[in-house]
Amino acid sequence: MSADIPANQPPGQPPGEEPASFVFTAENLERARRIIAKYPEGRQASAVMPLLDLAQRQNGNWLSRAAMDYVAAMLEMPPMRVYEVATFYTMYNREPVGRHFVQVCTTTPCWLRGSDEVLHACERKLGIGPGETTPDGQFTLIEVECLGACVNAPMMQINDDYFEDLDAASTERILDALARGEKVQAGSAKGRRGSCPEGGPTTLKEFARRAGVQPAGGDD
Amino acid sequence: MLRDEDRIFTNLYGFESFGLEAAKKRGDWDNTRALIEKGRDWIINEVKESGLRGRGGAGFSTGLKWSFMPKQSDRPHYLVVNADEGEPGTCKDRDLMRYDPHKLVEGCLLGSFAIGAHACYIYIRGEFYDEASNLQKAIDEAYEAGLIGKNACGSGWDFDLYLHRGAGAYICGEETALIESLEGKKGQPRNKPPFPAQAGLYSCPTTVNNVESIAVVPTILRRGAGWFAGIGRPKNTGTKVFCISGHVNRPCNVEEAMGIPLKELIEKHAGGVRGGWDNLLTVIPGGSSVPVLPKETCDTILMDFDSLREVRSGLGTAAVIVMDRSTDIVKAIARLSKFYMHESCGQCTPCREGTGWMWRVMERMVRGRARVDEIDMLFEVTKQIEGHTICALGDAAAWPIQGLIRHFRPEMERRILEYRKMAAE
Amino acid sequence: MPKLTIDGTEIEVEPGTSVLQACEQLGIEIPRFCYHERLSVPANCRMCLVEMEKAPKPIASCAMPCSEGMVIKTDTELVHKARKGVMEFLLINHPLDCPICDQGGECDLQDQAVGYGFDRSRFAENKRAVNDKYMGPLIRTSMTRCIHCTRCIRFAEEIAGVPMLGATGRGEHMEITTYVEQAIASELSGNLTDVCPVGALLNKPYSFTARPWELRKIESVDVFDAVGSNIRVDVRGSEVMRILPRLNEEVNEEWIADKTRYAYDGLKRQRLDRPYVRRDGRLHPTTWADALGTVAARLKGVPGQRIAAIAGDLCDAESMLALKELMQGLGSPNLDCRQDGAQFDTSNRAGYLFNTGIAGIDQADAILLIGTNPRWEAPIVNARIRKRYLAAGRGGLKVGLVGEQRDLTYPYTHLGAGAQTLQEIAEGRHAFCEVLRGAKRPMLVLGMGALARPDGLAVQAAARRIAEDFGMIQDDWNGFNVLHTAAARVGGIEAGFLPGPEGRDTAGILAAAGAGEIDVVWLLGADEIDTAALGKAFVIYQGHHGDRGASRADVILPGAAYTEKNALYVNTEGRAQAARMAAFPPGEAREDWKIVRALSEQVGAKLPYDSLSQLRRRLAEVSPVFARPEARVPAAWGAFGRDGQLDGAPFRSPIGNYYMTDPISRSSVTMAQCTETFVLPARERTGTHG
Repeated sequence: MSADIPANQPPGQPPGEEPASFVFTAENLERARRIIAKYPEGRQASAVMPLLDLAQRQNGNWLSRAAMDYVAAMLEMPPMRVYEVATFYTMYNREPVGRHFVQVCTTTPCWLRGSDEVLHACERKLGIGPGETTPDGQFTLIEVECLGACVNAPMMQINDDYFEDLDAASTERILDALARGEKVQAGSAKGRRGSCPEGGPTTLKEFARRAGVQPAGGDD
Repeated sequence: MLRDEDRIFTNLYGFESFGLEAAKKRGDWDNTRALIEKGRDWIINEVKESGLRGRGGAGFSTGLKWSFMPKQSDRPHYLVVNADEGEPGTCKDRDLMRYDPHKLVEGCLLGSFAIGAHACYIYIRGEFYDEASNLQKAIDEAYEAGLIGKNACGSGWDFDLYLHRGAGAYICGEETALIESLEGKKGQPRNKPPFPAQAGLYSCPTTVNNVESIAVVPTILRRGAGWFAGIGRPKNTGTKVFCISGHVNRPCNVEEAMGIPLKELIEKHAGGVRGGWDNLLTVIPGGSSVPVLPKETCDTILMDFDSLREVRSGLGTAAVIVMDRSTDIVKAIARLSKFYMHESCGQCTPCREGTGWMWRVMERMVRGRARVDEIDMLFEVTKQIEGHTICALGDAAAWPIQGLIRHFRPEMERRILEYRKMAAE
Repeated sequence: MPKLTIDGTEIEVEPGTSVLQACEQLGIEIPRFCYHERLSVPANCRMCLVEMEKAPKPIASCAMPCSEGMVIKTDTELVHKARKGVMEFLLINHPLDCPICDQGGECDLQDQAVGYGFDRSRFAENKRAVNDKYMGPLIRTSMTRCIHCTRCIRFAEEIAGVPMLGATGRGEHMEITTYVEQAIASELSGNLTDVCPVGALLNKPYSFTARPWELRKIESVDVFDAVGSNIRVDVRGSEVMRILPRLNEEVNEEWIADKTRYAYDGLKRQRLDRPYVRRDGRLHPTTWADALGTVAARLKGVPGQRIAAIAGDLCDAESMLALKELMQGLGSPNLDCRQDGAQFDTSNRAGYLFNTGIAGIDQADAILLIGTNPRWEAPIVNARIRKRYLAAGRGGLKVGLVGEQRDLTYPYTHLGAGAQTLQEIAEGRHAFCEVLRGAKRPMLVLGMGALARPDGLAVQAAARRIAEDFGMIQDDWNGFNVLHTAAARVGGIEAGFLPGPEGRDTAGILAAAGAGEIDVVWLLGADEIDTAALGKAFVIYQGHHGDRGASRADVILPGAAYTEKNALYVNTEGRAQAARMAAFPPGEAREDWKIVRALSEQVGAKLPYDSLSQLRRRLAEVSPVFARPEARVPAAWGAFGRDGQLDGAPFRSPIGNYYMTDPISRSSVTMAQCTETFVLPARERTGTHG
């Protein structure tokens, strides 16, 4: 499956310019066919979201008008309906974004645990405010609504990866590493396993021990 | 406290592989065929008897919902799994999908069979990349092993399961918005009637269930309705995955018995409130949509549907957001107002216009830049939205503010007076 | 039939009736913005909330189907509170610019705010401002006023069949727009300004020109096609300010086409406002006495065989009857009201009428279009076919087309280009025959593209065979439909404005004039003929615009346009309807029948009617349709047509540019803008100029 959601490709045109045309690569065309086949005949419009996602991934993480027109034609949908979809869902970028698309969650559960600090760390480190892109086109920073990792708050998403249990220092560390072109381990900055409480699980201790994890102290 | 042997999601933290082999060792896919062979009615009845109530927030009986599907129909039936988890505070389905996806896949087969569906779509929120990857792997494994697909598990039932990724819209967690989205449109909720069981996906009979509701079904069927019904309190039965976030020492997800005291939940599993129980200001007990609880209620409240409804809040998604006394409570709620404004689909008037209005007033309330009578006006505005919209997002936007005004009005007034004083000086 | 109780009154309704409709049946008015009875029901405005017993919250009455035993209350505290709340939400971001808004005085929001609005605003925040959108030369936008009811989106998608409008973004940032900044390419787009309940989508040419309460409103009928759309002409002084649709379920429902609505500015330009006489090769303004005297003098001594008359597409029935009877008085059999040269047998009324009626389309399950592009020839008829297509559900309506392939806004099977295909169908050799055989209510629509050609009679006969052989002729169903393009046409036929015994038709008249066999030709508003073919003939042009006919004329008799006279028109269904004088003809121009009547006296062939009512009585003697205005007078099936050799040439629709088809629309600046916006770019794209 991970092969079915390809990573973002670098943009093929100078940033900020609407390309005149768009076509899927042979690989993505094949993926598109497989996606369309998931839905009953005549219901190919159902594939509009995954196909827009695929187009965006091929197009440097944003959707050009040409890409939307292309998807509309492929699915025999009125272009307006595709445009509506593309502007309704937040994951479609209608403007070019940086190579690293940094989305900091600031909804209440993250805010309670210091998302302001994370956001400020991003602003400081990148020298840009929310909604802006660094001059070198490497980073775009935005504030987003709840990304559904609340027990690992605060968190941010960079491209497809969740970075969790952040504070200012770990945020800066991650951004620095990305700026250096390094691959950064996604997940908890505190080394937590999933949503398990820090310091070991209070339940499922036998499973934990089998996996070599020290459960939290005290009796079950 | 719930015993580990009564826990359904034994790989909640991903200590083991999510793959088929490990899942089988945990008991999944154990003679699923035999469960199917007991028939549709048996499954629906068993789920009804278990007392399982929908885990997505509304708490409607899952078995009853299934029984609304037509018995005979010339159109295809669909099961649609709502994996568009996005209610602030909630992150449980995420774990079920990335660490225990086979429970969901098996549940999809059993649930679909029960409602006469040969196809099921799981609608997962688009941001859940790893979760989608793992779930798709589980689906692929199940196909390869013949557990789903043609003649699933050798039962004679053909069953196809598809994963559909969303693209960033909280409203798609509303079942009819989800259906619209799955049909390739904007996620705008439909008017009801018709209900999805009459005309849902592609105008066909459809049931939409939450991930957790579906994922617990195989275990319920194996261990029996009585076992599940024996956990918790009458009408509030079974186990539940709780998400505990905010000002606790060790935020976590944990599967516990329905009806566990809030205080026990926080203290046992989440390391207690930061600075101790007495440092507690308030708790949002069921995800951002439900009203806050005052501290004294938190001391004793049980975490289940009916207990929380009695105190004018709700269990919702069982996402417990804890706030200690350092919290700017007005700002915490104002931030939720912004969330609802951002997530309003824009379709119907009260929500489109009202959520923005409420947020702007709330922002002024944070600084106290308002008149005291505007607190009453704000309350009235929430009442003008509540119950007047196509879907429940309007209510969800209104309730947190109502809870705030009910329990923290003196704090709001204090800020207004303080701002006045400051402005006068 | 569910029975329910509304405000204490029991009512039984048809299954599928909504609570709102049931309330209306009881005369209970329910406020609404998004609900429109001809569009799908999104229930998004929430203005129509009512209380339903056992429901925990108020329900949207527009979307709630009635069911047995329901108890509805529409006049309770809860209901009023709910509606007031919704109204307040609608107003908080609506600008307070009613004094400068064109919708002022006829605005649903304004009207309902009187009933449900507060007298002051509690909204202390900044109001939302929305950028206006470009939608072409016909629609002006003021999007800050939009209340997001989505009627426009639904109209464009459902009625017009051009899904170009949509709502982008979400929440309070949702905006109505086109994709992207495009003009609405529909011949029905003007209706958007009617369906918009507020002043967001407005009539662009009418903008800032008048207030509704200063306009006189005259009920009339349209002449830009043969549909006979019912219209209201709004006039200030003697100036037509705008044209709006009038409800007629059997004809145009509540829609009108864009030419109907917007071509009226052509009434102010190129007008013939005084008589002219040609002397020394140039037209000189003159007096009525001189003009009529000149005509009378020229006619003196000319044998009837050497006189002819052709009636154009905008002529009223009265003037055609008068001119016909004058021609009879002069002994001329050379008349034709088919200036396009259409050939068809008029001996049986069923042979040239739209026999099912336009509303009959609502029952059709198979339609064979022959040589017609209804989207341009009769947009209202085309919309009706689309309506049927949507109502019939998947596969419920099958459409086949013989002729030019155009986007008709509904799917159809292209069967072939011309008469050869028609022949194959008539002989039962075509695959579409099975579709027709399997249909319960099949119909054909025969256009001028198939009749306005030398083999028109044979085409008509082939179509008749198809109608008879494929079950289109039933006891209660006559599926043989002729779609005319000219408002004057059926009225002219009914009035008998056709070649008499040994008389010449249009082609014959032109040929004879060119050959010097005809000396005098009277063009009654006939501008779509080849005037160069008239040779040396003395040409009398009677009409209202200085167009092709006038420029060839030797004498010009200035007549009245359709908004300037009381006159009857018969539509393609055979329904006589009255146009009413909304303004006086300009200058010395006169009502047309009176001109003919005046001349008849001068040439000693005095017509026996001195008033319009006497003339109308005479019309009623000539044809039953004039005896029963407003009604469709059906025709009995019978023999007509003449079998003959079919021509291999493809059928071509007579309309090359929807926006310019006649002297009025050719004079309209608005129609010129539409041509530039919609027609010319399309020609460039397809490379089919001309």
